[in-house]
Amino acid sequence: MSKRSVGQKINSLGTAQNEPQKPGIPNSKTIQVGNLARVEGEGALYVRVRDNQVEEVRLNIFEPPRFFEAFLRGRSFAEVPDITARICGICPVAYQMSSCQALEAALGLEVGGQLKALRRLLYCGEWIESHALHIYFLHLPDFLGYPDSVRLAQDQPELVKQALKLKKTGNELMTLLGGREIHPINVKVGGFYRVPRKAELQAMQDRLEQAREIAYQTVRFVGGLDFPDFEPDYTFVSLREEGAYPILQGRMVSNRGLDIPVAAFEQHFHEEQVAHSNALHATLEGQPYLVGPLARYSLNFDQLPASVQAAAHAAGLRPICRNPFQSIVVRAVETLYACEEALRIITAYEEPDAPSMPVVPKASSGAGCSEAPRGILYHHYQMDEQGLIAGARIVPPTSQNLRMIEDDLRQFVAAHLELPKPELTLRCEQTIRNYDPCISCATHFLRLTVEHVH
Amino acid sequence: MPGKRSKPKLAVWKFASCDGCQLSLLDCEDELLALAGAVKIANFLEASSAVTPGPYDRSLVEGSITTPHDAERIQAVRKNSRFLVAIGACATAGGIQALRNFADVEEFTRIVYARPEYIQTLKHSTAIAEHVKVDFELRGCPISKGQLLEVVSAFLHKRKPNIPQHSVCLECKVRGTVCVMVAQGIPCLGPVTQAGCGAICPAYQRGCYGCFGPQENPNTVALSAWWTHLGVGEAAQLRAFRTYNAAAGAFSKEAARHV
Repeated sequence: MSKRSVGQKINSLGTAQNEPQKPGIPNSKTIQVGNLARVEGEGALYVRVRDNQVEEVRLNIFEPPRFFEAFLRGRSFAEVPDITARICGICPVAYQMSSCQALEAALGLEVGGQLKALRRLLYCGEWIESHALHIYFLHLPDFLGYPDSVRLAQDQPELVKQALKLKKTGNELMTLLGGREIHPINVKVGGFYRVPRKAELQAMQDRLEQAREIAYQTVRFVGGLDFPDFEPDYTFVSLREEGAYPILQGRMVSNRGLDIPVAAFEQHFHEEQVAHSNALHATLEGQPYLVGPLARYSLNFDQLPASVQAAAHAAGLRPICRNPFQSIVVRAVETLYACEEALRIITAYEEPDAPSMPVVPKASSGAGCSEAPRGILYHHYQMDEQGLIAGARIVPPTSQNLRMIEDDLRQFVAAHLELPKPELTLRCEQTIRNYDPCISCATHFLRLTVEHVH
Repeated sequence: MPGKRSKPKLAVWKFASCDGCQLSLLDCEDELLALAGAVKIANFLEASSAVTPGPYDRSLVEGSITTPHDAERIQAVRKNSRFLVAIGACATAGGIQALRNFADVEEFTRIVYARPEYIQTLKHSTAIAEHVKVDFELRGCPISKGQLLEVVSAFLHKRKPNIPQHSVCLECKVRGTVCVMVAQGIPCLGPVTQAGCGAICPAYQRGCYGCFGPQENPNTVALSAWWTHLGVGEAAQLRAFRTYNAAAGAFSKEAARHV
C-alpha cells in the first residue's frame, strides 16, 4: 500500500533522487529527508519499516562530542557556572543554576531570601526568552505551514512583532540581572557579583506587564491551533517545589510514584551510550521517561496561580496534558506564569545586604537540579580541599528525552504509514520539534531515512 | 523595482558550538525583520527549514572544527561562499573546545563515554581560519549583537566593518566604571583582552575573564606580574589564560609560561 517507490531519496525540498539499493536488503525502500531545521544541534532520523510494521527508530546525534565533564576537572569551583554556561547558548542560566546549587549543596550552603528570589527572576527571563523563541520561531511555523517566522511575518507582521517583543522582554530581564542574555556573567557560587537596586527592577515593570498581556494572547492563540489526536501514556518526571511552580529546585517526582531528593538521582536514573549517537540516553528504572513542559505542567498544575490555571483552561488544556503537539500551549502557559512570577518577585524585592554568601571550599561532593526550559538538568560535582573539581556529571534534559522521542516517533509513524511522503516527513520533524530538543546540549539538522524492508 | 537586483544571500553554518552566537542574530529583536528585508536568509537551520542552494554572498560560520567530517564540510562551505565571516571564540580560536588541545583526548573520551570506540573526534579543536581562508573574524564568547549588526550592515554597504581592536580598559573608561583592579584589587584580564562586549564584567564588580580573546599586541607578561602581586598563584593564572580562547596566540603563549 505504500506509495513510496523503491530506492528513492527525498530531500527537504521534496525533489527525488535515485539512490542505489543497498546490497543484502532486497526490496528495501528508503526515504531520506535533507535537513531538520529549527532544532538546536544536529541529528538525523532513521526509520525501518518491515511489512508495514515499524521495526526500528533511531535518532542519530551528529553534534560533535564536547567533553565538558572532562574540561571541568582541575578547574576551580568558582569557574564552573561560567564554563558550564557554554554548553548551551539557549539556556545558559539553567546550567549556571544547576551547577551553583550542586556546588552549594556540596559545601552545605543554602542561598535563600532575596538572593534566591533574584535567581528565580533571572530564570524567569530565560524561560520567557527560550519559550518565546520556541513557540513562535521554531514550533509555530509547523502549525501554520511556513518554513520560518520571517516568512510568517510577511503575512502576519503584527503577530511576529508581538512575539519579538515578548522574547525581548525575557532577554532584557536576563541582561539586567546577568549582564548579558547569552552566557550571563553575574552568577556565582553563593549568589551574584552585583545585585540590582530596587529602582532598576521596577523599571522593568511596565515591559513585563506588556509581556504578560502578549503571553496571555499567545495562550489563547496557540490554544486554537489544530492538534493531531496523539496521547502516549508518558512517565512524567519533573521537580516539585513546595508552594511554587518548579523552576529553581525541589524534589524529583513522577506520575508513577517517584518522590526522591535530587541527591538520590543516580540511584534511580541511568545513562547509556548507544552506537548511533554521540548523546547519552537516560532511563528511569530502565524505562524511558519524559521531562520538560508537559511533565512539569501535569505534575504541578495545582501550583499555578488561579489566573494562569484559568488561561490554560480557556485554551483547552486539562490539568494533565499528554499530547506532545500541545506542548506549544503548555509553553505559552509557562511563559504567562514566568511573566506573572517575575512581576511578583519585583514587587516583593528588597535589596539584600550582600550580593553573595561567603564560600569556603572543602573536600566534598554534591548534586543540584533545576528546571531548564526543556526539562530537568542534573549536575553532580566532587571537589578537593582547595576547591578544584575532581569529578563532574551533567545530565541535560534532551538526553533524558531522546528515548521518549524515539518512542513517540515509533508510535506516530506506525499510526500514519498511509500518509504521503512529504506529509509524514513533516509530521516526524514536528514530532521531534515538540520536544524543543537542544541537541547541542545533549552532546541542526535532521535527515529522515525510512527504510521499507519486505 | 529599480534594477530588480536580487537580495544578497546570507547563510549561517554551525560547527562544534553552543548555538549562542547564531542565536545572537535571532536576539536582534528590533532589527531582525528589517534585516530579513535587506538580505535573503538562504540557509539558517536554527531558524528556518527553507534552504536555498549556494553560492552564498556571505556566510556566517559558528563553531570550531573538531571532527574529520567537519574538516571536510568547512571546505564545502568555503567553496560556496563569496565572503566568509567566522563568528565567536569557537570559530576564531577553537573556543573552549580547544582545552582538549592541551590534554589527552582519548582519556577525555573515556571520562565522558562508556564506549569510546563509538566516538569520532579530532585531537585538536581548531579555528575556521586554520582550514580555509576567512574574510573577517568576529570575536567573543558570545559575540556582541551590536558588532554582528555592524558586520552585516558593512557587508550590505560594501564597506569594512568598524570593529575596534583596543582593550576592554577603554570601554570601562567610556562606561565610567572605576578600575576594579586598581581600586579593589580584583584580578582582571581587561588590559589584555579585546574590547567589544562593552566591559560588562567590571560594571558588575568582577574582573574581565577574556571572552573576546587577546587584543592587538597585549602585554600579558606585565599583567601576570601584576596578578602575582595581587596574590594570584601560577595555577590560577594558567587557567585564566587557558579557558574560552585557550588557543588564541597571545593567550596560549602566556598560559605556557605558567605551566
